[in-house]
Amino acid sequence: MSKVLTGKKTFMTPVIRPIEKFIYRICSIDENQEMTWKRYAYALIIFNIIGITFLFVLQLIQNFLPLNPAQMTGVRWDTALNTAISFGTNTNWQSYAGESTMSYLTQMLGMTVQNFLSASVGIAALLALIRGFTRQNSKTIGNFWVDITRTVLYILLPLAVIFAIILASQGVVQTIGAYVTAHTISGINQTIALGPVASQEAIKMLGSNGGGYFNANSAHPFENPNGLTNILESFAILLIPMSVVFAFGYIIKNFRQGLAIFAAMMILLVGGLGVAYYAESQPNPIIEKMGVSGGNMEGKELSVGVGQSVLWGAITTDVSNGGVNSMHDSTMPLTGLVYMFNLGIGEVIFGGLGVGLIGMLFYIILTMFIAGLMIGRTPEFLGKKLGPYEMVMATSALLVPAALILVFSSIAISLPQGLAGLNNPSAHGLSEILYAYASAFANNGSAFAGLSANTVFYNLTLGLAMFIGRFIVIIPALAIAGALAAKGRVPTDASSFPSTNALFVIMLVSVVVVVGALTFFPVFSLGPILEHLFLQGGLTF
Amino acid sequence: MGELLNELKRAVIIFGTLAVILGLIYPLVITGISQVAFPYQANGEMIKINGNIVGSELIGQNFDGPQYFQSRPSAIGYNASTSGGSNYGPTNKLLINRVNETISEIKVNDSLSSNATIPSDLVLASGSGLDGYISVESALIQVPRIAKVRHISESTIDNLIQKNQEVPFPWVGQPIVNVLNLNLALNGIH
Repeated sequence: MSKVLTGKKTFMTPVIRPIEKFIYRICSIDENQEMTWKRYAYALIIFNIIGITFLFVLQLIQNFLPLNPAQMTGVRWDTALNTAISFGTNTNWQSYAGESTMSYLTQMLGMTVQNFLSASVGIAALLALIRGFTRQNSKTIGNFWVDITRTVLYILLPLAVIFAIILASQGVVQTIGAYVTAHTISGINQTIALGPVASQEAIKMLGSNGGGYFNANSAHPFENPNGLTNILESFAILLIPMSVVFAFGYIIKNFRQGLAIFAAMMILLVGGLGVAYYAESQPNPIIEKMGVSGGNMEGKELSVGVGQSVLWGAITTDVSNGGVNSMHDSTMPLTGLVYMFNLGIGEVIFGGLGVGLIGMLFYIILTMFIAGLMIGRTPEFLGKKLGPYEMVMATSALLVPAALILVFSSIAISLPQGLAGLNNPSAHGLSEILYAYASAFANNGSAFAGLSANTVFYNLTLGLAMFIGRFIVIIPALAIAGALAAKGRVPTDASSFPSTNALFVIMLVSVVVVVGALTFFPVFSLGPILEHLFLQGGLTF
Repeated sequence: MGELLNELKRAVIIFGTLAVILGLIYPLVITGISQVAFPYQANGEMIKINGNIVGSELIGQNFDGPQYFQSRPSAIGYNASTSGGSNYGPTNKLLINRVNETISEIKVNDSLSSNATIPSDLVLASGSGLDGYISVESALIQVPRIAKVRHISESTIDNLIQKNQEVPFPWVGQPIVNVLNLNLALNGIH
C-alpha cells in the first residue's frame, strides 16, 4: 500500500496505469505538478462540494430517472441535504430508510460513488500531512487529484470488486430487478426489498463508511446473511485503517514509529472491547427475573450472536464505520458508553480512512507538547519542531468537535423539536441525543436509532455537525502539513523525547483517555452510568 | 483567479469520470458477474414450490397457526419491504411489557409451567425484524405442541430439527435453525 501511495510500481500497474493516465489526460492534470497546502485544501473542498451538490440533486430528481423499479418519489429537501453531507463527509449517518426512500440509481450513482470518494479524500489528507513530516524546506505537499485517483484505482476499487463478489456468493443480493412478492405457506403476501447491495456493501465496509443499503444496515440478512459474511465484513472494517498505520511507518522510513502508534491504538481497542463485552454478556436483570434465559438478544440477529455484535460495535465506533449489525439503542448501558467514548475522542483508534491517523497524529502532537513541558525542551516529532501554530491547529481540531457535541446536545434537549424525536424516556433518552451528535461530529454515522432524526431540526443540525466535524480535522491537517513541510529537520539527540518506546505508548494512551474522560464524564454520568444504576435497581421508565 | 477556475473545471470532470466508473460500471459489472455465477444467492435465495415463491431462505416471516414453528418477535411484523428493530433501551417499560405479553402467550400456547424458563431469542426482537432463525433451544420447546396438532411423534420432529441445525460460524454463537426450512420440512412429512 505504501508503494501505491508514494507512486511506485506494483503488480497492478500494467492494468490500472492506462486508466489512470486516461483520467489525467481528460482532466488535463499534470501528475508532476505539486500544490501548496492552500491549493490542496481548495481542490479538496471544491471536490467535496461538487460531490455533495450532485448527490443532493440526484435524490431530489430520482423519480424522473431510470433504475427505479420500486417507484420511489423525490426525497424531501432536508433529508436529501442531510444525506448528501453525510455521505460526502464519510459519515454515512442515515435519517432515511434505504429500501423505502432511495431508488437503485441513487444508491449506485449517489451512495456508492461517495463511499469511494469520501474515503479517498481522507487518505489524501493523510498523505499530505505525512509529506509535511517527511519533506524539508518545501512549499508543496503533493497533488490532490493524483492522490485521490491513485487511492481509488489502486486500493479501493480492486479490493471492493473482490469483496463484492465474495459477498454476492454468500447471499448478499446483487440485482437490478424489482422487489419480489412471496406468497407464504401461511397465506400471507410478503414483499421483499432487493437491490444492487453487494457492490455497495463491499465499499461500505472497506471505506470506513457504514451507510446501509437497508434500514437495518448489516443486521439485515441481505447485507450480512451468515456467520462467515459477518466475520469477513468485520475484517474488512479493520483492513485499511490498520494497514494505513503500517504504511505510515514505511513511508516515513521509521517502521518502529508505525508499530508504536499501532500498539497504542490496539491497547485502546482491546480495553474498550473488554468493557463492552463484559457489559453485554450480562443478561438484562429485569428480563432475567421474568424467567428468560440467555443473552440480551433484543436488536440482535441469531446468525451473529452477542459476542460478534459487541466486537462489531466496538470496532465500528473505533474506525468511524457507521455500519451496525445489532441495534446499539438496545444494548446494555455500559456497552453504549464504550461506543460513545470511542466516538467522543474523535475516532482515533485506527479511525476513519486517513482521518483516523490524522486525529491520532494530533494527539501525538499534544502528547509531545506535554512531554516537552515535562523535560523542558521544545517539543518535536519525527525531527520537526512543533511550534505554537501546530499546537493551536491540533488542539482546536481535537477540542472544538468535542465541545460542540456537548453544545449541540444541550440545545437539542432544551427544545421541543429535539425532545420530540425520542424513542426512549429518561437517562436513555439523553444517550440517544448525545450519541447522535457524537456520531455526527466524529463522522461515524451509527446511531441509537430509536431517535426519529428525519425531521427538519435534526436533519439540519446533524448536517451542520457532520460538515464541521469533517473539515475541522482536514483543514488543520493540511495547514500543519504546509507549515511542517516548509521547516527543516532538526537532528535528534539523546535529550529528545523518544517516540517509539513503551513510555511514549503509555503517554499517548493516557492523553487520549484523559482528554476523553475529562470532556465527557459529567454527561456520561447522567446518561449511560445513571441508566446502568437504574437497571441494576430494577427501575423502568 | 484563472488557475482556480481551471481547478474547478478539473474537479467537475474528474468527479464525472469517477462517478461513471464507480457508480455505473462497477455496480453493473458486479451485477452481471453475480447474476451469471450465483443467480440463486444474488436474487435473494427465493424458495419456490410448484413455481410459486413462498419466501426467501434468509428472510424471516410470520407463521400463522399452532402447526408451525413460530419465529422471533419482530418490531416490523416481518414486513420485508422495510427493516428495523424496536430500539427500546433496557429500562424501557414498553420493552418489559412486550416481553411479559410474549412470555404469557408462549406459556399458554406451549402449555409450559408458570416457572419454566424461555430462551431469550424467542421473546426478544431482532435488529432487522427479519431474522429467519430461532435457536435450537427455542425450537425444542415448541415440539410437543406441534406433535400434538399434527399427530406425529415428537422424535420425528426432533430429528427434523437435528437435520436442519446450523452453526453460524465454527466456535461462534449457539446452534440455530432456519424456521422456513423447518416448517417446509414439516409440511413435507405431513
